[in-house]
Amino acid sequence: MPPTIELKLYATLAAFQPAEAERFPLPPEASVASLLAILGIPAEVVKLIFVNGVRVDPAFRLQPGDRVGLFPPVGGG
Amino acid sequence: MRKPKNPEKFKAANKAFNEGLRRHPVTGEGLPAFGTNVLTNVINEAGAYPTYNFKEGRYADAGKISGETIAQLETERGGNPTHGCHVGCAIRCSGIFVDKDGNYITKQPEYETVWAHGGNCGICDPDVIARLDFLDDNIGLDTIEMGATIGVAMEAGLLAFGDSAGAIRLVEEVGQGTPLGRILGSGCAFTAKAFGIERAPVVKGQAMPAYDPRAVKGMGVTYATTPMGADHTAGYAVTANILKVGGDVDPLSPAGQVELSRNLQVATAALDATGFCLFIAFAILDQADTFQAMVDTLNGMYDWNLTGDDVAALGKKILSMERDFNRRAGFTAAHDRLPRYFQREALPPHNVTFDVADKHLDSVFNWE
Ligand code: SF4
Repeated sequence: MPPTIELKLYATLAAFQPAEAERFPLPPEASVASLLAILGIPAEVVKLIFVNGVRVDPAFRLQPGDRVGLFPPVGGG
Repeated sequence: MRKPKNPEKFKAANKAFNEGLRRHPVTGEGLPAFGTNVLTNVINEAGAYPTYNFKEGRYADAGKISGETIAQLETERGGNPTHGCHVGCAIRCSGIFVDKDGNYITKQPEYETVWAHGGNCGICDPDVIARLDFLDDNIGLDTIEMGATIGVAMEAGLLAFGDSAGAIRLVEEVGQGTPLGRILGSGCAFTAKAFGIERAPVVKGQAMPAYDPRAVKGMGVTYATTPMGADHTAGYAVTANILKVGGDVDPLSPAGQVELSRNLQVATAALDATGFCLFIAFAILDQADTFQAMVDTLNGMYDWNLTGDDVAALGKKILSMERDFNRRAGFTAAHDRLPRYFQREALPPHNVTFDVADKHLDSVFNWE
């Protein structure tokens, strides 16, 4: 079985939600930046990248089974 | 209506200020579209969403009560997810929550309310949370305090986590003034004492809101040290800890949290004194020109010559006055602490404890 990640797209990024987001194929290059390219999300609209609950930058390399959460700029309180 | 002393200056500053609010993606897009409850998914994703009375940092059903879900529900039912709580607000983070037949129930419940009565109590039904929000407002209760109190009652075994009907019944009892209702209505700390529960998430007798201090440590510093008791708005470190607004400080490490909380507490004390809504902070923390425009609206209104430094000095003065009040009311450094179980019990999923040293907490107000 090819390696997958668990993908979660929030707020306005939900518009880019692929089918089978819970078991999305791990990109060959494995970086978050390459994942964004595959999903067709312009890099500048993504402000927060969480991998397993920790904020990372786009160069971060993903592992099979990672939980990836992507957000546009958000705030509240 | 009050008139600005220098109308030209005020008008120009106000125009620049409003433009800045619209330009920033948080105040211009995120808050109007989803309200403050857009935070549910973010804080949950960060593993800092206090669940089951601060036992875990992630709630499996968070998606059912998120800002995205509730905004969609409001739109489908004929409510409104984008509404100003007063005429003239340029952000409009509020909204109108209606039932399935389109009848008004309450204003769009804030993130803190949705958390307190929702995830904190294992409840994931937006209609139940809206009902509790209405009851709190109608009776005159703080939603954070009441939700945290119900969470403690659940921990004490008075009712089960997730018991929606039980939660509604308990809040109704507070309104009726039954013996149990009087205990619960006295708040989270009091209820925990009455039932012999150590896990009361309070500082200075006030319940903590929707960010676990072990996984958002700057928030923990604010909870512990603000003269107000565990108040998130007094120094909202979630900005740099989680949202990458106004800086970037690792939320899981104790490093840098005291300085972050200090700067935010100073700025917030000054901002609160002006009467501006706190949510302008997202724009003024990130955009220097919008901060300047905010200061210039004050200068135009009162014909002052305030600078950014004056704003900081004002904030420090206010905090020192508040602390002086507290000191004379009997508060000491021993009250500037989180309950000890936050140092002892690790929070999943990051399995972190609160580890900002006491001596660092005591250095927050270092100008005194
Ligand atoms: S004044 Fe503040 S709280 Fe009220 S709608 Fe505007 S941004 Fe929201």
